[in-house]
Amino acid sequence: MKKDSRARIGVYVCHCGGNISEVVDVEEVVGFAGKQPGVILSKNHTHMCSDIGQQLIIDDIEEHDLDKVVVAACSPQFQGETFMRVLETAGLSPYVVQMANIREQCAWPHFDTPELATKKAKELVNAAIAKVRFSEPLEKKTMPIGKRVLVIGGGIAGIQASLDLGDAGFEIYLVEKEPSIGGHMAQLSRTFPTEDCSACILSPKMADVQSNPNINLLTYSEVENVEGYLGNFKVKVTKKPRYVDMDKCVACGDCEEVCPVDIPDEFEEGLTTHTAIYTPFGFAVPHRNLIDPEACINLQRDINSCGNCIEVCKEDAINFNDKPEEIEFTVDTIIVATGYDIFNPSEKKVYGYDKFKNVITALEMERMIVKAAEGNPIRDPGKRIGFIQCVGSRDEQVGREYCSRVCCMYATKLASLLKHSKPERDIYVFYTDLRAFGKGFEEYYKRAQNMGVKFIRGRVAEVMEDSGSNKVILKAEDTLTRQIIEAEFDTVVLSVGMGLSKSTDKIAEMLRLAKSEDGFLKEAHPKFKPVDTNREGIFLAGTVQGPKDIPDTVAQASAAASRAVRLMNQREYPIEPIVAFVHEEQCDGCELCIDSCPLNAISISAEVAEVNEALCRGCGSCVASCPRDALDLHMYTNKQLLEEIKNALEGKEEGETRILVVADDTCTYRLADSVGTAKLSYTTDSIIIRVPSGSRITPKLMLAAFKLGADGIFIGECEDRTSPFPHSGQVIRENITKVREILKEEGIKPERLRFVQFVTIMLKGFVDNVNGLVNYAREAGAISPEKREKLVENVNKRLFGEEYD
Amino acid sequence: MIKKLKLSDKNVDFLKKIEELSGEVITRCDQCGICSASCPMVSEMDITPSQLMRMVQLGESEVMESKAMWLCASCFTCTVRCPRGLDLSKVAEALRQVELRQAIDHIDVKKLSKDEMKRLPQIALISGMRKFTG
Amino acid sequence: MKVSYYPGCTLKTKARNFETSALAVAEKLGIELIELSRWNCCGTVFSLTDDDLIHHVAPIRNLIRVQEMNKNGLVENDHRLVTLCSMCYNTLKRANIRVKEKPDDLKKINDFMYLEEDYKGNVEVIHFLELIKDIGFEKIKENVTNPFKGLKIAPYYGCMLLRPKEVGIDDPEEPVIQEELIFALGAEVIDNPYKKVCCGSYQTIRDKQVVSNLAYDILTHAQNAGAEAISLSCPLCAFNLDSRQKEIKEKHSDFTRIPVFYFTQLMAIGFGLNEDYYGFDLNYVNPEPLLKEKNLIGRNNAK
Repeated sequence: MKKDSRARIGVYVCHCGGNISEVVDVEEVVGFAGKQPGVILSKNHTHMCSDIGQQLIIDDIEEHDLDKVVVAACSPQFQGETFMRVLETAGLSPYVVQMANIREQCAWPHFDTPELATKKAKELVNAAIAKVRFSEPLEKKTMPIGKRVLVIGGGIAGIQASLDLGDAGFEIYLVEKEPSIGGHMAQLSRTFPTEDCSACILSPKMADVQSNPNINLLTYSEVENVEGYLGNFKVKVTKKPRYVDMDKCVACGDCEEVCPVDIPDEFEEGLTTHTAIYTPFGFAVPHRNLIDPEACINLQRDINSCGNCIEVCKEDAINFNDKPEEIEFTVDTIIVATGYDIFNPSEKKVYGYDKFKNVITALEMERMIVKAAEGNPIRDPGKRIGFIQCVGSRDEQVGREYCSRVCCMYATKLASLLKHSKPERDIYVFYTDLRAFGKGFEEYYKRAQNMGVKFIRGRVAEVMEDSGSNKVILKAEDTLTRQIIEAEFDTVVLSVGMGLSKSTDKIAEMLRLAKSEDGFLKEAHPKFKPVDTNREGIFLAGTVQGPKDIPDTVAQASAAASRAVRLMNQREYPIEPIVAFVHEEQCDGCELCIDSCPLNAISISAEVAEVNEALCRGCGSCVASCPRDALDLHMYTNKQLLEEIKNALEGKEEGETRILVVADDTCTYRLADSVGTAKLSYTTDSIIIRVPSGSRITPKLMLAAFKLGADGIFIGECEDRTSPFPHSGQVIRENITKVREILKEEGIKPERLRFVQFVTIMLKGFVDNVNGLVNYAREAGAISPEKREKLVENVNKRLFGEEYD
Repeated sequence: MIKKLKLSDKNVDFLKKIEELSGEVITRCDQCGICSASCPMVSEMDITPSQLMRMVQLGESEVMESKAMWLCASCFTCTVRCPRGLDLSKVAEALRQVELRQAIDHIDVKKLSKDEMKRLPQIALISGMRKFTG
Repeated sequence: MKVSYYPGCTLKTKARNFETSALAVAEKLGIELIELSRWNCCGTVFSLTDDDLIHHVAPIRNLIRVQEMNKNGLVENDHRLVTLCSMCYNTLKRANIRVKEKPDDLKKINDFMYLEEDYKGNVEVIHFLELIKDIGFEKIKENVTNPFKGLKIAPYYGCMLLRPKEVGIDDPEEPVIQEELIFALGAEVIDNPYKKVCCGSYQTIRDKQVVSNLAYDILTHAQNAGAEAISLSCPLCAFNLDSRQKEIKEKHSDFTRIPVFYFTQLMAIGFGLNEDYYGFDLNYVNPEPLLKEKNLIGRNNAK
């Protein structure tokens, strides 16, 4: 066996109890591997993953002083971690083992051509040997993580998340921009379908927030800035001046009696007024007075113009010199629970919300019902009441295609409550589709029907007013009988939908969170990471992620809390070794790489690029941006990939065709595994190169692959919406465009380089694409060595321009 | 009399023809009825605009016997209100064109009285001919 | 300011009063509306079937004429085309949008008209009301010498100025452009939801009863809201709302006739222009009694 000064590699080929050995000639592969440079020993075993197989490696490392290992067996998705542990046990870095996937990507899909399968197995093993030879013995890195959480938004989502985390012993900063926590839920009359009084079930939770020693409650405060990353988010919060000393004020109400200014009460949706000095609402937390600086005469004009409140305040709590206060602290994780705004019905002009007195929003109706129940009715909505559903939902005319999910049930609730308080009321709900999907919803809908509420299937086209009586005239088609209804109502309620709250835009920008097409903030994965975001350590709770009702909001808030705990309870957080790094001697500080990173992980420090390892997620797309080859990616270095590609193509014989399938780890590599598991056959003239993202394959590597004998390159990547790297598709397209230009210049068909975005169930799509490119390359014929050679000439100039020649 | 609706390949073909002529994806209509309640002509019609859409969706070529599309004045009120962003006036035009392209006219200008001809502005005559004659 | 102007067929005949008054008020505002040379009929309605390109040829040919106007120095580097008739406006503008959105269609149409220069897609079709808005209603106010004190006018838009959205000169559900104009002329604006309801359009040649029923609804709603006159911008609406009052009166004897004006006629009165420009001879319901009653005509203030 040959000796290599740089590496002492052991190769182990697994039979997998026949799964591999029934197709692949294992002995032949073992023999082949043993002859490769740097390989000290080459062995086989029926089950490498068994205790005996593992021990075999540990003993050999000891006995033969191995420093690198190749295991040719199943997919690393299954046993990759097993063999990493084996190396650790034997005292080596866990990152110097490479698996050659000769089961899912060789024996299984090529079961019908055993000889070709054996040939391909050798190619896969040869590629793995090359890659492991240049692997770096990295150390496992960790980062400390504490137990501090920033919760943004004090609605029911923020309250629930804060209480869960506070009870579990974490330190919470709950920041709410309004003077009281409670959010929209505090405004509601009752909750569907159980008809619990909303204030009654919410106010104890609000009180718990105040009394929880682990929760720092910052109301009337806004998050100004957040910098940093998981375990080290530096937060800046501004507390707005209340002009009333919270420690002194007892909310006795004396000041309100003497205040001369009345302004619309936002909590009451403007249906009533409050004075310039006020408490937000009856069960507000904190329950203290504050002064609206826009309304107060003293604050608007001269400081001595009024002063009535100062005179009557026995606690001496009024302070007109109050100033905004900046607070800074550091947290480990963040939960965004900034909620929703209701659709502004003024945008839907045809419903006349701005013009007609008796056209109101559902939220106004909530307050009218509460006030009436309290014995202070604002006004009687009258006898005939109509609800218009889908106002600002499911309507392309206002740019909102989504369903707001709560309106069907809240309209049913409001109708039931109105009917219950006065059974003689005549109530109609005009709907497009009645959606009663939740627990107890269908029964609740039926109950409303039992009470005599009439549901009409037809979307209201237009609202008019009888100018004499102020009665509202609705026009709609009863689509079930095809009659046009044009009828008078005393009150018309607009069931307005939900949209992302305006204040969230600033937060999302600050935290660099992604948005979905519907405008709400985007979860990391719609199925398996529904409360995670594209940023590690930042989570979503409640309607900020999409319309939902109270139970779903609470469930999601608890989920977000538990996902945060999952990270924080580890005390140390392991950092993936796959991160970008800089060959400093090659970097000239040109800054071209800065914009290539969507996570802003690259900066220039002391005139060379520096990678923030805590922010880097290891996609590798920055590597292509560097004309000096100074940027690189651990575990997938330029050297490793080049050698891997070279060895993968070494087995190609005269007249044969080979294509490289560059497979991203998340989707395409797994997809290829699934294809193998399903025993779907495809051509052996393809070989898979595993990468964290297709964007890691730089134009230079693509050109090098063509030079080294590839007849085609096929890049597979996740679809943007399921990818951990949503930007990668764009980067790949840009890289490909550049390479195709060069291919064209050298008279090579640009279609030899292809790109497809996959979801992991497209088994047949994978097979068709691989076979398709191989067939195309065969028909297009061989590329002459001269042409291949010319591809890499002046490559810097062609990729980056004259100045980088 | 309640009629039985049979679903055959002919129905699929009819839908396809109207979709091609109109350029609208008629299956997107979710039958909310906003078009019908917006239509200034609906009280003169035998079927409502939403019903017309439904019949085309299901490929009921009997829709050709309706007079609804001939009453459409191309006022585009339904177009600016359809929550699915459909243009019904294009569907009505497609249905009209199915007949007009077979040279079946829906108006005989010669029958207009002399007085009417004298009164009518040019745009009334030209647009009427465009909409009602092949 | 010199701008290309497209009259269309009806403005040269049944709606001559629309053109005469418009040209006069434009001149007063310092706008010279230069009639498009060699213009042809626009087709009056935009072809709605997807496969029918031939009917877009006529409107596009008119847009080529705007290019020629610039080339010949009749207007100075101004690619706007002003229209008065709402139907022409809608047809020209929508055809323009279609060929801008579908370059393939434009190519076919250009190829078809191989004797013409190519249409380059750089013309902007506007309505005279938009031009007025650009100038500013303050400027209108400044020119008013004969304010409509106390006259209650209901603006009527109909369809072609508002719909579809991409063509509309204002919000399709809540337009205000005529309201602002009428207010600037010193009249009282009467709002009512029927201002955007279709008058029946070309149905008028197929079934005049259907149309007069609609016109009856539109007019009586305006009257019930207090209107003494109607303001509009479309010769076909004008026919259906004005001339069809004959049929309305035959069916509803209690119906009170109401004068229907082109907005430019109102402007000419408000600006105190010579009565020759009003062209009331072409109005079916004679507005003179109302105007006299309000002391708006018959005085010696006309210049």
